[in-house]
Amino acid sequence: MSRRRLIPLATALAALVGAALTLAQPQSGIVRPTTEPPRESVKLGAELYAGNCASCHGIAGSGILRPRPGAGNVIGAGPPLKGVGAAAADLYLRTGFMPLPDIHAQPELRRVLLSDKEIRSLVAFVASLAPGPAIPRPDPAAGSLASGFSLFTEHCAGCHQAVAQGGFVTGARVPPLHGLTAVQIAEAVRIGPYLMPRFSAAQISDAQLNSIVDYVLSTNRPDNPGGWAIGNIGPISEGILAWLTGIMLAIACIGLGRRLKR
Amino acid sequence: MSIWRWLAGAAVLLIGRILRRRRVSREDAGKSPRETSADRTQERRNVPEWAPARGTELVVAVLLLLGGLFAAGFVVVYAEFSAAKLPNELLGACIALSVAFIALALALFAHRLVPTEELEEDYPQEHPEEQREVAEIVASAGSRITRRRLLLGTGSIAGGALGLATLAPVLSLGPLWYTAPLFRTPWRRGTRLVDESGRPLSAAVIQEGSYYTAFPERGDRENIGAPLVVVRVEPSQLRLPAGRAAWAPLGILAYSKICTHAGCAVALYRKPTFRVVEPEPALVCPCHYSTFNPATGGSVIFGPAGRPLPQLPLMIDAAGNLRAAGNFSGPVGPSWWGVRLGRAR
Amino acid sequence: MSAPPARRTAAAAIVDERTSSAPALRKALRYLFPDHWSFLLGEIALYAFITLILTGIYLALFFHPSLAKTVYHGPYAPLRGAQVSEAYKSVIEISFSQKAGLLIRQTHHWAADVFVVAIVVHLMRVFFTGAFRKPRELIWLIGLILLFTSLLEGYLGYSLVDDLLSGMGLAIGYSVLLSVPIIGGPLGLLLFGAPFPGKDLFESRMYIAHVFLLPALLATLIGVHLALVAARHHTQFRRDRRHTERKLVGVPLFPGQAPRSLALMLVVAAALLLLGGLVQINPVWQWGPYEPWLASNGAQPDWYLGWLIGALRLMPSFDVVIGHYTLVPNPFWGGAGFPLFVLLVLAVFPWVERRLTGDRLAHNLLDRPRDAPTRTAFGVAFLGWVFLIFVFGAADRVYVLWGISYETLLNVFRVAIWVLPLGAFFLVRRLCRELQASERIELERERAEAEAAQVEAELQAQARPVV
Repeated sequence: MSRRRLIPLATALAALVGAALTLAQPQSGIVRPTTEPPRESVKLGAELYAGNCASCHGIAGSGILRPRPGAGNVIGAGPPLKGVGAAAADLYLRTGFMPLPDIHAQPELRRVLLSDKEIRSLVAFVASLAPGPAIPRPDPAAGSLASGFSLFTEHCAGCHQAVAQGGFVTGARVPPLHGLTAVQIAEAVRIGPYLMPRFSAAQISDAQLNSIVDYVLSTNRPDNPGGWAIGNIGPISEGILAWLTGIMLAIACIGLGRRLKR
Repeated sequence: MSIWRWLAGAAVLLIGRILRRRRVSREDAGKSPRETSADRTQERRNVPEWAPARGTELVVAVLLLLGGLFAAGFVVVYAEFSAAKLPNELLGACIALSVAFIALALALFAHRLVPTEELEEDYPQEHPEEQREVAEIVASAGSRITRRRLLLGTGSIAGGALGLATLAPVLSLGPLWYTAPLFRTPWRRGTRLVDESGRPLSAAVIQEGSYYTAFPERGDRENIGAPLVVVRVEPSQLRLPAGRAAWAPLGILAYSKICTHAGCAVALYRKPTFRVVEPEPALVCPCHYSTFNPATGGSVIFGPAGRPLPQLPLMIDAAGNLRAAGNFSGPVGPSWWGVRLGRAR
Repeated sequence: MSAPPARRTAAAAIVDERTSSAPALRKALRYLFPDHWSFLLGEIALYAFITLILTGIYLALFFHPSLAKTVYHGPYAPLRGAQVSEAYKSVIEISFSQKAGLLIRQTHHWAADVFVVAIVVHLMRVFFTGAFRKPRELIWLIGLILLFTSLLEGYLGYSLVDDLLSGMGLAIGYSVLLSVPIIGGPLGLLLFGAPFPGKDLFESRMYIAHVFLLPALLATLIGVHLALVAARHHTQFRRDRRHTERKLVGVPLFPGQAPRSLALMLVVAAALLLLGGLVQINPVWQWGPYEPWLASNGAQPDWYLGWLIGALRLMPSFDVVIGHYTLVPNPFWGGAGFPLFVLLVLAVFPWVERRLTGDRLAHNLLDRPRDAPTRTAFGVAFLGWVFLIFVFGAADRVYVLWGISYETLLNVFRVAIWVLPLGAFFLVRRLCRELQASERIELERERAEAEAAQVEAELQAQARPVV
């Protein structure tokens, strides 16, 4: 092979190998102790907290109210975690909202980089900081779908859309609610993560919450007797399909209009 | 006669017909198209004779049969399933395929089984003679009239008046220049706030970080002046317009839930978990994303709304329940010509 | 084999003796259609309209146009026990409890969407080929009225259902009425009967408008539209020397064109039925019933009103106020001013073009788009402007799907809707002129080659002695 062909080939190969190596590295972004104990513990939680959360949430969850550079020159700022309880920690960690790459970024549903044991440890640690709400135990089977639908439309559909497809509120993207567990839904309603309002038991009782959770879970498989639901988001996809049909009919015109060759 | 004789007779007739047809076509096959047509008729042909396409005829027949089959399938599916279990996809596919096969048959028919001629024809010409005659007829018919302008004038007056009279009943569709209903709301001083299920809204229940929908205890809920959105803000954060200092007891604020832009319900509320990096609390409308700041009297901070959200003054009664302390700061709902001319009443 | 002529003549005689229609029939049967597929585009709209009428008759027989409150007790679980209007309940029952009800309802709604698509595609064909020129300006105007009437008809149709999505749309419609300068308040009250949501009677008014008044208007206008086309005959492209301003070359209605058109009608019907059966549209049970204090995120009108929601969202926040008089409330610009402006520009275009080009002749021959560079460029720019505004109407969904923030899109589009069409105008005009120039060069080249070949042949002939 000539020298001219060899150089680009070698470069490509090197790039491929480099990419593979980068991807093959252990999950970045989580600082963990080299040896972890076999079971969850507040101590493990404290260690994980110190390595991953303290740069924004401060020592012992006291919060950092003015953005300042922390370890690794990452600008850190975060609300205090004292008193947020196990529920909040569980929600933010299990959805992948936290850790947040940038303090101005919106928490989004992300791949969870922590193991279940690590999450339990962190939750136990945050709960130990000060008394706060425990992880709720919703019972969707005890709820009523009809009442859940009406409650969801009243309190939630404005942001999350009638069948929980998500949407937009000024300043943030509202996530769709598909793939969430009953516990996560109940936690979100009670805590109000990020810009979401928080609904106390005085506003939405536990029984009503069961119904809402039942309804949200049902939106994972909405009733689509009409056929292919094209995303369940309404007229946008319907319009796209109408135009595709119109164009295909125009093509049919070309076929029908073609005369025999003389 | 016995049935066998009937069958035998039918078979003879059928076979004879087939043989006769074969004989005729064999005779025709040897001739040119012109000769066959000359045989059949002496008249002039408008549509020229084209060679047949017997294979296509069979294909068209098959397609038509398939179309009929699927149409029958539609009827069968319709009859077979109960309304609750009827699969929409199967039903739709049956009838669509039936129509599609017939369409295909017609298309083939059009392309192969009928002559597609290309003819020439003149475009319709102008008719200057007739145009002149029309004008002349109208003019000469009117030549007897001497007071043309008088008749035209009175004619227009009569026609116009009759037209207006015909349209007059339309005015009963609704109130005309009477726009007072646009100012009316069901709220009065002392009207108690209730939630969706009719329970009085207690001040203690209203917490920061959430939003509540409220209605007047009495009155039509569907009136756009009825629904409220109630939020609570830390009193030190309040920057209400002049004269509204007493409108928000304990920092509890009530606003009309109907957007002043285009009338949708302001059903979104954003609350910051961490104010340092997150925006302030705001009420947002999902239609065109008009965003209102409850702490500053419902002023517009984003979106196309041209007017702030009307605020309802609140008071807390002896039982701790919320009541209206008056009517809204402005008319409820979308703007019109006189929206800044009056107060909500 | 054709039947003997005698029987056919007898049949024609029976008809003609009673209707005196044989001369008209003779002319009609041999009416010529030009030899190009683009003339069938208008027919797609016509056949979608026929589908709408047929499916609409069925639906009208089962729909209950009343806003009286009732309770739903049917098979759809999330609505069981819910308080809904009779209208909404009847639509849920058509969809869930009636055989083929959902199929016909969905076919009807798909037909409405595709109907307007076909009209727009047909309008573009007519515009970019100059078919609207004298003597067909009236046909063009009637077509525009048809387009805008069908927008209203569709809007009323899906608003009859009283579901959350269309109810929000009705509130917006009410606000656009109110925003008409000076007379808006009384106008809104007149049509709705009372401040929004209006009297219950408003449902009945929409119903009568949707199933009777507007279809009658549409059918009449379509009839006049087609009659005028037939009276002046179709325009044609200049394919070869036979096609002139005076002579139309084409395929007769019978037997050539009729089966094609019938086939197209069935193709359109088949496509719409297929959509109605296989693809869900407007699942009103998922949106729930309408109440003025409820709203859902992601609420959009049907596609043909998407340009209006884009315009309404793009507008900056201001009411035009003089003293205490609100002369122009904000929704007017996006909801009324914008569509009326588009209608006006399209309506006066034939006359503006006549004035600007000085071409006052009647035309039966069509232009190819490149033959009229300024018209084509203007069309692309103007429709592009409308299209960009339309696209912005879906910006919230773009944010949800692709993460480009709504506020960023807003700022970008506020500039782009002016800059991009302007650029497109110059670009397309240049493109058309280049295409024309390259054709001329091609023609010159062929002529030169032909000349050269001729000269060559003459030289050859001279060189050889004549025998």
